[in-house]
Amino acid sequence: MIELSHLDLSFGEGSSAQQVLSDVTFNVLDGEVFGLVGESGSGKSTVLRCIAGLYDHWTGTITVDGHPVDKNLGKEHYRKVQMVFQDPYGSLHPKRSINSALIAPLQIHKIGDEDKRINEVLDQVGLPRSSRFRYPHQLSGGQRQRVAIARALILEPQLMLLDEPTSALDVSVQAEILNLLVQIRKERHLSYVMVSHDLAVITHLCDRLAVMRQGCIEEVLSKEALLTGKMKVDYTKTLYEASRSYDRAMANQLETA
Amino acid sequence: MTSQITTAEDLQEQKKKKSFLLRTARSPREALLQRVALGFLEFTSNKLALIGALIVIGLIIVAIFAPTIAPFDPNEQNLSIALQAPSSAHWFGTDEYGRDIFSRIVFGSRITLYIVTLVTVTVGPIGLAIGAFSGYYGGIVDVIVMRITDLFLSFPSLILTLAFVAVLGPGLEQAVLAIALTGWPQIARLARVEALTIRKTDYVAASQLQGASDSRIIFRDIIPMCLPSVVIRVTLNMASIILTAAGLGFLGLGAQPPAPEWGAMTSTGRQYMLDSWWVVTYPGLAIMVVSLAFNLFGDGLRDVLDPRSN
Amino acid sequence: MSLIPEVTDHSPLIEVENLWVRYKMRHLTMNAVRGVSFHLGREKLAIVGESGSGKSTVGRALLQLLSDNADVTADVMRFGDFDLRTASEKQMQKIRGAHISMILQDPKYSLNPVITVGEQIAEAYRVHTRASRKEAKARTIEMIKAVQIRNPERVYDLYPHQVSGGMGQRIMIAMMLIAEPDIIIADEPTSALDVTVRLQILAILDDLVQDRGIGLMFISHDLNLVRSFCDRVIIMYGGQIVETIAAKDLDKVQHPYSQGLLNSLPSLEHQREFLPVLDRDPAWMQQMEVRK
Repeated sequence: MIELSHLDLSFGEGSSAQQVLSDVTFNVLDGEVFGLVGESGSGKSTVLRCIAGLYDHWTGTITVDGHPVDKNLGKEHYRKVQMVFQDPYGSLHPKRSINSALIAPLQIHKIGDEDKRINEVLDQVGLPRSSRFRYPHQLSGGQRQRVAIARALILEPQLMLLDEPTSALDVSVQAEILNLLVQIRKERHLSYVMVSHDLAVITHLCDRLAVMRQGCIEEVLSKEALLTGKMKVDYTKTLYEASRSYDRAMANQLETA
Repeated sequence: MTSQITTAEDLQEQKKKKSFLLRTARSPREALLQRVALGFLEFTSNKLALIGALIVIGLIIVAIFAPTIAPFDPNEQNLSIALQAPSSAHWFGTDEYGRDIFSRIVFGSRITLYIVTLVTVTVGPIGLAIGAFSGYYGGIVDVIVMRITDLFLSFPSLILTLAFVAVLGPGLEQAVLAIALTGWPQIARLARVEALTIRKTDYVAASQLQGASDSRIIFRDIIPMCLPSVVIRVTLNMASIILTAAGLGFLGLGAQPPAPEWGAMTSTGRQYMLDSWWVVTYPGLAIMVVSLAFNLFGDGLRDVLDPRSN
Repeated sequence: MSLIPEVTDHSPLIEVENLWVRYKMRHLTMNAVRGVSFHLGREKLAIVGESGSGKSTVGRALLQLLSDNADVTADVMRFGDFDLRTASEKQMQKIRGAHISMILQDPKYSLNPVITVGEQIAEAYRVHTRASRKEAKARTIEMIKAVQIRNPERVYDLYPHQVSGGMGQRIMIAMMLIAEPDIIIADEPTSALDVTVRLQILAILDDLVQDRGIGLMFISHDLNLVRSFCDRVIIMYGGQIVETIAAKDLDKVQHPYSQGLLNSLPSLEHQREFLPVLDRDPAWMQQMEVRK
């Protein structure tokens, strides 16, 4: 489904240039759920945005479903790949109603049957049809995230990019959204690439994952390998242990500032 | 904004409010009406803003119904009653040509309104569009536009306006054009600054991800978010437009005689100021009251439009 | 200035009984905290809840840090012998920092961006002691070292935007501990930090609390974190305390909300296809009897 090869990205020029991604290479198979895990500054969200086509000043190759992602992305790309953002408060236009947000992609791609499609997608994400004309500030965080998912689904993509979709949500709401994502994937046979800093969330959804650190991929491993302690790289082990619980002895082993 | 868990007592209190505003909108039109109604309620709770708005409305009414309201023809001269103090016949007295000052002020409101409206309607949308495009595209486009606005903004506005008038010649239309030419860069800069922030938001990224064209993003995503600050700026500018126009009129560069433009009236009235104070005072008061009204109105509008929890 | 007479290890430092916080807004009154009672000793106490549960409000109510339209009432709200309900602003200023300190979530927003971090810590020290600038600076450097920052002299002169999240939080801790308080209220102190940095910060807090016998009130939404870090856990929902339990007994929670919350967490150890979703029983929102 996705192939990334030697992806490099830096911001800035000359002496102030910052290498954000270095030689990132991995594959995502059709129908797979692939996770990108790392701490802040690891570049995981940046990779996602490169796949989406939001950044274009990278070098290397990215192919989605056999088609290269490059500067001239046709509209077909956006029917294949959609993204759900982290902040439910920032990913919906504050002045536009839910209906307006959902209708926009249909209008851009000149897809008809607007009413039917909007209602269908609202049903699928578990939102009442009556919320169609509400505004984002009238909805809770969980509801907004459902709208964001609905908006991504309405174009019937094959690949969903999920950028920390539940980090900004309450614990109980997180469970609902994660369940929703699992359910949708099954029903629509989608592939997911999910970014998170939370290892528990990643292992809940993903089959395989890549551990990133400061722009590089440390390791790509399967969920089972992670859970059974068969990681090959120390950093992965550190991340795993640190995510499990607070342990005074463990803290001693970590480098101090 | 954290979610608030309310108890049963809280919910009951909420239900006591008007039901129309609380119920879920069933159509886009209803949603829009609700927002307008809520905005209106909030605006009217601000007493000063309300006063400003009423005065502005008053100005519009006076301008529309000028022939009915004015007891005399503003241009009718009658030298025998020149420079008469305010009386029951002539509420604001008469000027040096025996013209009724009250009638002249009433008709002068048309000129004021004409200038304010025309300038605002040109400067607002054009400045907004230029600024939004400039901010969204960034790069060389932004640089060029910004240097042009720099050029305009480096002159004190009145001086610049005078310079334009010097080129265009005296007259009402020329004054409007000059003021508009001086005013658009400020709006463009404001819109550009907002656009710079907005283009980085996730909802703009989401639009880009849907394959939206640049102009669609600018007009549907960016410009609505720039609108509040631009509207506020434009409303507050109205006061200075009035003052500039009055200034131009005072210098004889705006509306030409015998047009009852308030600034021109103040200017010509200077000569008679000591003995016939009313010739200067009433036009001056008119300018002051209307400018103040626009200012108060603009303040109130800002309180309503400026999203407090963005 | 010590307001606490000789306190043994087992008597509570803070006692709260029937705390209510009501926000008066234009058309309605919102009850953020409803009849909360608890005590804090020389221990690590967690207050856990989701957004809107009132957990942050409790912490701020103790220090009178709520907005003017907040109405705080309690039968008891005591720090040692000192009645926090009736304290004047002047008295509270003496208490904040010197006796009860507060660590907030994001150091980006709680540090003054135009003053160096060292200066800010030194200032905190000078406010509560009559130390000279030199003494304050020396103490500050010591404190920075105590939070395990290498090169404390260099870090002293840095500005907040020059320090990373983890270091910024250590600076906050240094600033809040330099006047040697008896109690720390930490409001989501590690939520904005990476997992590895989080561990280090918690270790620092852990050590400081043990060494100095400080009482720590740890406010968080992260149940997993507090179960291994804290001694006791209080779970809040809808402004009320639904359960109080020892951290090691967290598996045995009784209240359905607590159970639901624990179960709905994705867990590394316990993989499930669908997470059990919390079914909110409206009965949980009903006002509970205040237990004395």
